[in-house]
Amino acid sequence: MSDDTDGGGRSSALPRILWKLARLAATVALTFLGLLVVTFLIGRVVPVDPVLAVIGDRAPKSVYDRVFIELGLDKPLYEQFWLYLQKVLTGDFGQSFLTKRDIADDIARVFPATMELATVAIIIGTVLGIPMGVWAAVRQGRLADQVVRVLGLVGYSAPIFWLGLLGLLVFYARLHWVSGPGRVDIAFEYSITPKTGLLLLDSAMQGQWDAFRNVFSHIILPASLLGYFSMAYISRMTRSFMLNELAQEYVITARVKGVPEWRIIWVHALRNAAVPLVTVIALSYANLLEGSVLTETVFAWPGLGQYLTNSLQNSDMNAVLGGTLLIGGIFVGLNLLSDLLYTLLDPRVRRQA
Amino acid sequence: MLHSRTLLAATVAVFALLGAPGAKAETPADTLIQAWAIDDIISLDPAEIFEFTASEIAGNSYEGLIGYDPADVSKIYGKIAESWEVAPDGLSISFKIRDGRTFASGNPITAEDVVFSLTRAVKLDKSPAFILTQFGLNAENVDDMVVQTGPDTVQFKMDKPYAPTLVLYCLTATVGFVVDKKLVMEHEANGDFGYEWLKTNYAGSGPFTIREWRANEAVVMERNPNYSGDAAPMARVIYRHIPEGATQRLLLEQGDIDIARSLGAEEIDAVRSNSDIKIQEGPKGSIYYLGLNQKNENLAKPQVRQAMKYLVDYQAIADTIMKGKVMVHQAFLPRGFLGALEETPFSLDVAKAKELLAEAGVPDGFSVTMDTRNTPEITGIAQAIQQTMAQAGIQMELIPGDGQQTLTKYRARNHDIYIGRWGPDYQDPHTNADTFARNPDNGDDAASKPLAWRNAWDIPDMTKLADAAVLESDPEKRAQMYIDIQREHQQTSPFVIMFQEIEVSAMRSNVNGFIVGPSFNDNNYAHVTK
Repeated sequence: MSDDTDGGGRSSALPRILWKLARLAATVALTFLGLLVVTFLIGRVVPVDPVLAVIGDRAPKSVYDRVFIELGLDKPLYEQFWLYLQKVLTGDFGQSFLTKRDIADDIARVFPATMELATVAIIIGTVLGIPMGVWAAVRQGRLADQVVRVLGLVGYSAPIFWLGLLGLLVFYARLHWVSGPGRVDIAFEYSITPKTGLLLLDSAMQGQWDAFRNVFSHIILPASLLGYFSMAYISRMTRSFMLNELAQEYVITARVKGVPEWRIIWVHALRNAAVPLVTVIALSYANLLEGSVLTETVFAWPGLGQYLTNSLQNSDMNAVLGGTLLIGGIFVGLNLLSDLLYTLLDPRVRRQA
Repeated sequence: MLHSRTLLAATVAVFALLGAPGAKAETPADTLIQAWAIDDIISLDPAEIFEFTASEIAGNSYEGLIGYDPADVSKIYGKIAESWEVAPDGLSISFKIRDGRTFASGNPITAEDVVFSLTRAVKLDKSPAFILTQFGLNAENVDDMVVQTGPDTVQFKMDKPYAPTLVLYCLTATVGFVVDKKLVMEHEANGDFGYEWLKTNYAGSGPFTIREWRANEAVVMERNPNYSGDAAPMARVIYRHIPEGATQRLLLEQGDIDIARSLGAEEIDAVRSNSDIKIQEGPKGSIYYLGLNQKNENLAKPQVRQAMKYLVDYQAIADTIMKGKVMVHQAFLPRGFLGALEETPFSLDVAKAKELLAEAGVPDGFSVTMDTRNTPEITGIAQAIQQTMAQAGIQMELIPGDGQQTLTKYRARNHDIYIGRWGPDYQDPHTNADTFARNPDNGDDAASKPLAWRNAWDIPDMTKLADAAVLESDPEKRAQMYIDIQREHQQTSPFVIMFQEIEVSAMRSNVNGFIVGPSFNDNNYAHVTK
C-alpha cells in the first residue's frame, strides 16, 4: 500500500495525498467485501444445518419451519447476502443465530480477553526474540547460533496443546509458580469492575494491586507460551535481516573507522534491520489477535478463538462473519500501522511520502 | 521428582519476585465451584431450555408442579402443587396449588402463575414445547385447555385419556417449570411473554437464583433468600467453562474447583487413586446405539441387522474404552424407567454372525460407512466396532465429523450407519418408545423425524402397539406392553443398542450431598455441604 514509487516530487503534495487516501479506502473496502463474500459462501456450503443448532434434535417440523424462516434461510442466497451487507454498513452485525445476543456485544466481551493475552505475548516474544536474533547473527555458525536455532525449531514444531498442558503440570500443579486456567481467581472475579475488559489494565487503574497480581499470575503462562512461538519466528527473521545488514559496506566502513562493535550491531545494523522487522512483529501480533483456539481451550480462556470455533461448528454465521470482519480489520489496521512506522524509521520512505 | 526442600525455597523466592499469591487458594467455604463444558447453553428460559447444562441449572433454580424421587422415579410428589386428581374420564387432571410459597422476587406463587407458565410455553412453541402439545394442546386452544378453576386450583385438559403417569412425568420436565408471571410480564416486549428478557434472566422459585450467565465462561448462581424450603448450605454455586478434561483434572487436584463434571474416561481412571478426590456415579437415561439405515440394501436384510448385533464387543468397550462411564444395555428403555427390559442377549459372537451373513446372501461381508462424531469416546467406540465387524468381513469405513454435521446428515437419511447417543426428554417410557419404536409416516417429507424414521424403518404395527401403551392407565399392564415391544424391537430393529450412560463426577473428598439424578434437571446441589 505504501510502496508506490511513482512519486518523486513531480506533482504537488496535497492531491497526491488525497489520491493515496482514496486508493487506500478502495483497497480496504474491497478487502472487506472479498472477506465477507468468501466467509458467507463458506458458511453456506458447510454441510451443517444452522436450524438444527438452534432448535436441537427433537423439535417438531412446525418449529423447524418457523425458525428456518426466522433466520431468513428461505430467501435466495444473494438476497440473504445483500440484507446482511446493508445491516453491516449501518454498523449492525446482527444477532447470534443461537443465543440471539447481539454479535457486537459478544465480541466486545470475548475480544479483550484475546487482546490482553496477545499483547502480553507479543511483548514477551519481541523483547526476547530480537536480542536472540541479533546474538545468533553475530555468532553465526557458532554455538549461540545453534542454540537459538534449536529453541526456534522447538517453537515451531511442538504442538501448543501439549506444551500448554505440560506447562500447567510443571508451573501450576507441581511448582505452584503460576495460577491455573482461567483469567482470574473467583475471589477477585467481582472486585474488578470491567471498563476496558483488559483485566490487567482495569485492576491497575482501580488501584487493586492484589487483583492485578492475581490476573498476572493467570496470564503469564499462556502468554509466555504464545510469546515463545512468536519469539521463535521473530528471532529467526531478526537473524536473517541482521546477517543481511552486517554484510553491507557501511558496516565495513564503520569498522574501518573504528566504531565500537556494539555500536555497529545495536545502532547501525539493527536500525536498518528494524524496518522490515516491524512488519514481522505486526503480523505476528495480528496472528495472535485472531485467538488461538487450542491455547484458549487448554487454559479455559474465554477468547475470540473459542468463540469463533464454537460459532463455526454450530454454523452460527452472523457470529462467524462478525469475527471475520474484526480479524480483517485487525490485519488491515496493523498493516497500516507498520507502514506508518516505516516512514518514521526509514528516511527514504519518509522523503517520498 | 521435583519436591525437594531447596526447590521449596526457590519457589518462595520466585513468588516474592513475581508477586504471585502466597498459598494455593482453596475454594471459598460457602461457594461450590464446578468445571463443566457449558457451551451448550443457548437460553435460560424454561420454555426453551433443552440442553444438558441449562436443564441442570433450571432444575436447581426453578420448580415445577410436581417432582419425583431421583432414587426411585415411581415416587411422585407435589412441589408447587399440594395434590392432584385425575378426572374419572381421564381427560383432565386438577392440581391444587400449595399455599404460602413465594418466588425469589417475593411474589406469591399462585394458580395464575401456573396457568401462565404452561400456556406461555405452548404459545412460544420452542423446541421442548412438544412435551406439552402432545396432549392435544396448541397455541389456539391452550387458553381453554389449561384453566384456573378456583382461587388455588388449575385444570389441565387433554384430547385423549393418556396414562396419568405420562402426563405427570411430562410436567416434571423443564418446560413445565413455573415462572413468576408478574416479574416476567414487566419485561414483555411486542407480545413475547418476556421471552427476550428471560433468555438471559431469572424468574423462578428454586433453592438458587441465576445471577449471571457469561456464554462460554461461567454461570453464577446464588442462594435464593426467599426460598420456601430449607435454605441451601452453599451461598454460591459457580459453573466454570473448562472444555478440556485434562485441565479439569489439574484444577481438581489442586483444589481450585470442587467438582469436575466432564472428565474423560482416562482422567477418571487417573484420579480414582487420589485420596483427596472421590468419584460419584449415577446412571443417566442416555443410550448409545448404532442406527442402520434401511435404505442401504445390505443393512435392510433382517439377518444382517441381527448379525451386526453379534459383532460388537460390548463388555470390552464398556470396560476398556469407557472405563465405567457406561454399562452394557440392549433395550431402548434405560434402566430405572417403567417397563425397562434389562436382558442383554447379545455379545461378541463372530461365528454366529458369519452364519447369519451367509443366510442373508453376503457370506463374505460387504463395505459400509459409519458417520462418527469426532469426540474421543465416540471415536474410540467406533474404532473398536470397526475392528470386530472386520472379523466377519464387514469393511466399515469411519467418516469423522463434527456433531452438527453428522446430525444434519443423519436427519437427511444420507448415512449408512450412525453411531448415536439418545437421551430421554422426560421420565416416562413413551419418550423413547416414541422415537425408537414409532414411525407414523416413513415418507421423505414426514412431519416428525423419530429415530425409526431416520433409519427408514417402516413399522406400522409396532407404531400401533406404542400408541396403545400411551393410553393404558394401569401401570402394570402398561409396563408389560413396553416389555413386549422391547423384546421384539431388540431382535428385529435396525438399532444396535449397546450402552446406558453412567454420569461420573469427580469431586474433592469434602464435598457431600451432591445428587446425580437420572436426567440432568434431577442433578441437585441444594443440600451440598463442604
